[in-house]
Amino acid sequence: MHDPRGQFESVRAMAATLTRTDEVCLLNFLGEDSDFVRLSRGRMRQAGHVLHSELRVCLIRDRRQTQGACTLTHDPTHNRSRLEKLFSELRLQLDFVHDDPYLLYATAVCSTEDNRHFDLPDSEHALTEILAAADGLDLVGLWANGTLYRGFANSLGQTNWFSTGSFHLDSSCHVDNGQSVKLGYAGQAWQSEDLRRAVGRVREHLEVLYRPPKALAPGRYRAFLAPQALGEILGLAGWGGFSLKSLRTQHTPLIKLMRHEKALHPSVTLVEEHARGLNPQFTSSGFPKPHAVCLIESGRSVDCLADQRSAAEFGIALNAETETPMSLVMESGRLPMSSDLLEELETGLYISNLWYCNFSDRHDCRVTATTRFACFWVEGGTLQAPITTMRMDETLYHLLGDGLAGLTAERQLIIDPGTYEWRSTTSMLLSGALIDGLTFTM
Amino acid sequence: MNSPLPELFADTMPPVDYWSLRWTESEEQIIQVRQNVLEPTLRRLRSGAFITVLEGEGAGYGATCDLSREGLRTAALEAREWARASAPRALFEAQNLPRVDWRGVYTAARPWQSDVLADLIAALMETARKIKCHERIVDWQASVRLRHTRTVLCTSLGGKIEQEWTDLIPELVAVASNGVDTQRRSFGADCGRQGGLEQLEKLGFFSLPARIAEEALLLLEAPNCPAARIDLLLLPGQMILQLHESIGHPIELDRILGDERNYAGGSFVTLDMFGHYRYGSELLNVTFDPACPEQFASYAFDDEGSAAERQYLIRAGILERPLGGHASQTRARIAGVACTRAEHWHRPPIDRMGNLNIEPGMSPIEALVRGIEHGIMMDTNRSWSIDDQRNKFQFGCECGWVIKDGEVKGLVKNPNYRGTSATFWRNLRAVGDAGTWRVMGLSTCGKGEPNQTIHVGHAVPACVFRDVDVFSNA
Repeated sequence: MHDPRGQFESVRAMAATLTRTDEVCLLNFLGEDSDFVRLSRGRMRQAGHVLHSELRVCLIRDRRQTQGACTLTHDPTHNRSRLEKLFSELRLQLDFVHDDPYLLYATAVCSTEDNRHFDLPDSEHALTEILAAADGLDLVGLWANGTLYRGFANSLGQTNWFSTGSFHLDSSCHVDNGQSVKLGYAGQAWQSEDLRRAVGRVREHLEVLYRPPKALAPGRYRAFLAPQALGEILGLAGWGGFSLKSLRTQHTPLIKLMRHEKALHPSVTLVEEHARGLNPQFTSSGFPKPHAVCLIESGRSVDCLADQRSAAEFGIALNAETETPMSLVMESGRLPMSSDLLEELETGLYISNLWYCNFSDRHDCRVTATTRFACFWVEGGTLQAPITTMRMDETLYHLLGDGLAGLTAERQLIIDPGTYEWRSTTSMLLSGALIDGLTFTM
Repeated sequence: MNSPLPELFADTMPPVDYWSLRWTESEEQIIQVRQNVLEPTLRRLRSGAFITVLEGEGAGYGATCDLSREGLRTAALEAREWARASAPRALFEAQNLPRVDWRGVYTAARPWQSDVLADLIAALMETARKIKCHERIVDWQASVRLRHTRTVLCTSLGGKIEQEWTDLIPELVAVASNGVDTQRRSFGADCGRQGGLEQLEKLGFFSLPARIAEEALLLLEAPNCPAARIDLLLLPGQMILQLHESIGHPIELDRILGDERNYAGGSFVTLDMFGHYRYGSELLNVTFDPACPEQFASYAFDDEGSAAERQYLIRAGILERPLGGHASQTRARIAGVACTRAEHWHRPPIDRMGNLNIEPGMSPIEALVRGIEHGIMMDTNRSWSIDDQRNKFQFGCECGWVIKDGEVKGLVKNPNYRGTSATFWRNLRAVGDAGTWRVMGLSTCGKGEPNQTIHVGHAVPACVFRDVDVFSNA
């Protein structure tokens, strides 16, 4: 019987016996119990289950610290042996390492328990419904379904526990002319009707995607970036953009914003809302996270994200686990969504998704990316045809600054489908953005 | 190598048509000095098992880090359940997957001892101090990641393949700022390779800090890269990325078959191109070489147990075979290479690059430069973006140099270029000789659902391309 909480308590007790009186020990437990089923051409490609748990150990003596990690079994004897080996190696390294001027960990004991409610479907049953609903479609993607666990404990007596569960169908449907549209459905309680509605929307888009694609010449176009597409850009901007360390080393791509040399449109407000996110509310050094950190308010830079090391190095309060946003929330705008939005766009590009964002001029937060999945040419307020792949190249200061014609009132929760090492717990709540003069180079 | 797992596993396995167990164990050590401060050293011990079951027309897997008898049996039952569940809805029959009844061993391990860490920490501290040679150097770091990996693949047919290697990734970074502009020079993130700490000397790691700091400072004062359609000389620090993104990924067979269309993307290459499609000029020769000494992804067998051997993928510019392992080859009815690999114990193997190399040509670096009337030379990737069919790309480098009338003139900053894979390689005008050829490797190749990051090796010479759209956006 898989019992991650019991596993965590067991290794916490073991670590307590291995920690010497002149040492402080910080533990972080990561656990996952997930089904993963890969789909291709509407059939199953690779199907299986992953049971994964790891203990991360930070061993501290005076001002010295070393860190380690080991995977765990459900056999206490095995775990004891592994922890003894890890502690022994870390203790040996404590003799080599130097005093760490940026050592920082929570000393005020603050224990918490956060078990999120979920009611996950049986994966085989869900897949039967998915494949039936998508009958006749060339469906490609991943079904992920399961539980995630995070725990923190220290030798000062603090214990924090977080568990959550979710399913996520991240997929796309493809047609013979190379066009495609995303089909996504994620949640914590399965509703067959929600799936059918999502498939229905995809089938509506497919009717337009079957039309001959329109090839556009490079140039500037009025364009609507759907929340998912805007999320790609903000995800890149957040790669060092809101980091205190990047600011202090003058390497942030948002340096002009942070120095107040440039501003975004007054309608742009971005907040890292820890409390709204899908992550635990404690950090790996045992601190509680603040409710929220306002990064940009009315177009102007307000605050940065400071992780444990930056907080110690630059002498300010810690306000994040990492200096990359994990629960970014955008204040909503006033534009309508759906058909009224196409009338606002009138003539231009409807961009559902962008792909492979990267900086083409980091210092000016200039971003390049290509269109992908259900991008359309719009004329007279109606979808005319899909477009062939285009490459955009534009600064954030134009996209969300002087080029921003409006943000939608309706926001979309974008749950990162990423599964690098563990299932991601990153999310964004974003509006779509209507932009005057988006530059395409090829 | 001595793992009791195969013996432990065999008698816990329920009766099925075929099973395999891939056990992977790794020990990783990261040491990093930033701004002359030693960051917390990190030691990571990981182990787990990936069990595959084939039953009837279905295949399923169970992956677990619980290596107790009960843990392995539970994972095996999960695998069997998924094999049964997938059988009526499988993309292809389980008969297409390899069934290993052979044995083999590969060893390229140079384990390090903990007691060398004190010396390594001291060396990295000294290296970091050398980077901080000027007040305009505002951030700097020196780091080494060492890893020792062991895998054992055993099967119900008595197959057993044991492999073991050590590898490392060194890195140096210098960030310079004058208050108006910020520039970065780095070394090593693309130099991952098999071996031990002796590789640091071979790479010249300890002699490079002054150079990268100086170049970062010089870039602050350099003009921006001019915009023009001109000749482009790419040094290995950018050739590795050009090869990886616009040859490596497009010829991965699982992409061509459509499995990656939701995440990593498809390919402009189609199955009917193999054997005759002109991918590049006659100077382009690309090999898959799993036996290149010290290269990052050298091995004797892939993670499904297929024996790996050197093959030409592109010869004299003509596309010959894809990067595709046993299952993809059977589906596509086309010969590939043994390149089905997994990130670690918790992910299924998929088609990967392994060691993907461009063979050296005949031209020394002086001749490459001499042959350019008006061009730009670029080195060290810093930005990469390519469409989901791996065709339209835009790449940026840390630094560039103007070439005029066959001579390198001056440093330029913020160099970018763009093109399309389908035509770019046909404009390959000159290929550097063995003196320009460098064995390199990346640890961050992302692909697959669920996602996997894996290490790949690339050995590349300097190359000249004709008529390229070069620019700076700054």
